[in-house]
Amino acid sequence: MTGLSQKTGNFPGTTVESHKGTVTIDGETSAEIIDLPGTYSLYPKSDDERVAVAALMKADKPDCAVVVADASNLKRSLLLCTEIIDLGLPTVLALNMIDIAHKKGLEIDILLLSEQLGIQVIPVNARKRSGIDDLKLAMKVAKPAAKPFYKVPAAIMQFLDELKPVIDGPNNYARLIQAHQVSQASHSKQNIHGIFEKYHFDSGHLQQRETVERFRHIDFVLVDCLSRNTHPEFDKATTFADKILTHKYWGFLIFFGILFTLFQSIFNIAQVPMQLLETAFENLQGVMHESMAAGWANDLLADGVVAGLGGVIVFLPQIIILFAFITILEDSGYMARVSFIMDRMMRSFGMNGRSVVPLIGGMACAVPSIMATRTIENTRDRLITIMVIPLMSCSARLPVYTLLIGLIAPEEYIFGFIGVQGLLLFLMYLVGFVSAMLSAFVFKLILKSKGKNHFVMELPIYKWPSGRNLWYSVFERSKTFVLQAGYIIVAVSVILWYLGSHGPGNAMQDIDKKYSSIDANADPQIAAQQKQTEKLEASYAGRFGQFIEPVIRPLGFDWKIGIALLSSFVAREVFVGTMNTLYSIGNDGQTVQEQLRNRYTPVTALSLMFFYAFALQCTSTIAVVYRETKSWKWPAIQLVFMTALAWLSSFAIYQLGK
Amino acid sequence: MLRFSVVKLSELKPGESAVIEHIGDESLSAKLFEMGCLPGEPVKLKFIAPFGDPIAIKVAGYTLVMRLSEANIVDIRKL
Repeated sequence: MTGLSQKTGNFPGTTVESHKGTVTIDGETSAEIIDLPGTYSLYPKSDDERVAVAALMKADKPDCAVVVADASNLKRSLLLCTEIIDLGLPTVLALNMIDIAHKKGLEIDILLLSEQLGIQVIPVNARKRSGIDDLKLAMKVAKPAAKPFYKVPAAIMQFLDELKPVIDGPNNYARLIQAHQVSQASHSKQNIHGIFEKYHFDSGHLQQRETVERFRHIDFVLVDCLSRNTHPEFDKATTFADKILTHKYWGFLIFFGILFTLFQSIFNIAQVPMQLLETAFENLQGVMHESMAAGWANDLLADGVVAGLGGVIVFLPQIIILFAFITILEDSGYMARVSFIMDRMMRSFGMNGRSVVPLIGGMACAVPSIMATRTIENTRDRLITIMVIPLMSCSARLPVYTLLIGLIAPEEYIFGFIGVQGLLLFLMYLVGFVSAMLSAFVFKLILKSKGKNHFVMELPIYKWPSGRNLWYSVFERSKTFVLQAGYIIVAVSVILWYLGSHGPGNAMQDIDKKYSSIDANADPQIAAQQKQTEKLEASYAGRFGQFIEPVIRPLGFDWKIGIALLSSFVAREVFVGTMNTLYSIGNDGQTVQEQLRNRYTPVTALSLMFFYAFALQCTSTIAVVYRETKSWKWPAIQLVFMTALAWLSSFAIYQLGK
Repeated sequence: MLRFSVVKLSELKPGESAVIEHIGDESLSAKLFEMGCLPGEPVKLKFIAPFGDPIAIKVAGYTLVMRLSEANIVDIRKL
């Protein structure tokens, strides 16, 4: 509504935290809009729902609540709506997806509905952006409903009166909801619990009774407001699609086929734009070298910043394809079907069907995916999912894989259409997935499940992904990737350039002196190259790389890779930038990939690829795991086990393949 | 007189319909109630996931998914 670019998805849980935006209502009024995670009622069952309910209950509550309801599923949407009305908040009901309701054969009498609920009801179409102006006006004049929809039973009035001094709230219902929340919390004030016990407050029972009452009343309202004509064609199409997509064999085959196509197109479609970008950056580097006066500023900008940045920006086309695919899968309603067919399998690994969406999202980026696990109600299942998401190969690994696959596999096709490089990439993602599942299995053996473990989920109807939403989410995600990678890479490149061209004491000057006195018979080109190599070795970066070399030599890595490994502990994609910077310092016209191919064997590249597949080289992930688990214990365990896994697998590969 | 039998939701076969009678577990019923699965509500089994679990039912005009272990706590009345 604010035109704010935000990710939405066709299943609950796409929004797991609140987002804010500002909107102009008319000439002089503007309002701050807070988009809350979806919930079915004011009785939250998972962390994302708790965020929403807390925002409506807090002292600084919103001036007006807009409940966006699915018109094709009106009865269920009205439960939350009537609960919010009873909180005493000015409420507006925005009826979305009326077009789908029509297709289903449903007709809604909007005026009558508005009269019965005592609030304004505004039809909107979020996709076509119609009805938004009416909604804005409605918000401006919204008032609390004149009478509550559900009457708090007289039997508990005395209980609520006694709570008044300890639980504050604008009306009886708001106090009741807060009482429910307090009773769910593990620790609360002694005097409140005294009152609970005195009146035998049974949260679960009261909640059930209220829900049944509300639905009875809603049914009564809908008899007048909702009419139904059967449209069997719509149902038939959905049922047919469901039959195939959740089929015993076809279901899995289609899912596998979609992922396979994804990795093939990452390589095949992205090839041309990637080459264009690469040439552009090479030209830019050349132009900078020529146009600027020779000296440290020139070297720093051309070899440090541009080389490092170019190394990562080149991969943008691949990342856009990956993000677009994932957005389409989420938007269409397909991911909910995948959760459904995978639940049984995921359970064997200590997770559940709801873990699938965060895991697949982990192929784009672990950070939002770890937040998306808030929809998982069971604490253990959620924790295991969080622990293994970073093993899914994310988009930051894509540049690393692509660079290294170039050193291992030829640009050839099997049967003329299956690219070898794309196949190898698919296998690397499979390695990530398999290791995530196996690790989950190990965690399942260690962690005991406590509390209820329900898997009750709505299957949304199929929708064509909206072009606007696709554009926004791909654009936003790509922008974040470029900016984040950009800042880090520029910083790391500058530091690295300095550390790579300066050394302790007079080391650099000594090498200069040594080569100036070398006799003129030597080939000047080879001499210059040797001089550069010696300089890099003698530099701070070189010394540091050599310092850690003993730890990584059994994996087949030299000190140059060591520098890249260390710098990519901030973020993985820095590896490519670092290698570009390191190999741009004193290159002799060869591309970085050519130099790497001359220097490293395919076994080293494979070993390195597995290291990147498993190692937790991402400070943002560590931070978000701390935030979601509220403890340093879990990110610490994650860091240790993933680093061990990375080192051991690289060790095994290099020692066996050497 | 109508003859009916009370069975579990997990015993329903694809395409069969029934009416919800009672939900045995309190935390599950809290969840199912607010999603429209109330006593008296007609349900229809739509399809079953590849390994026989979970199941998808049609209720209150939309499709809801639950595990067999959950469907096992829901009593239904077949007409």
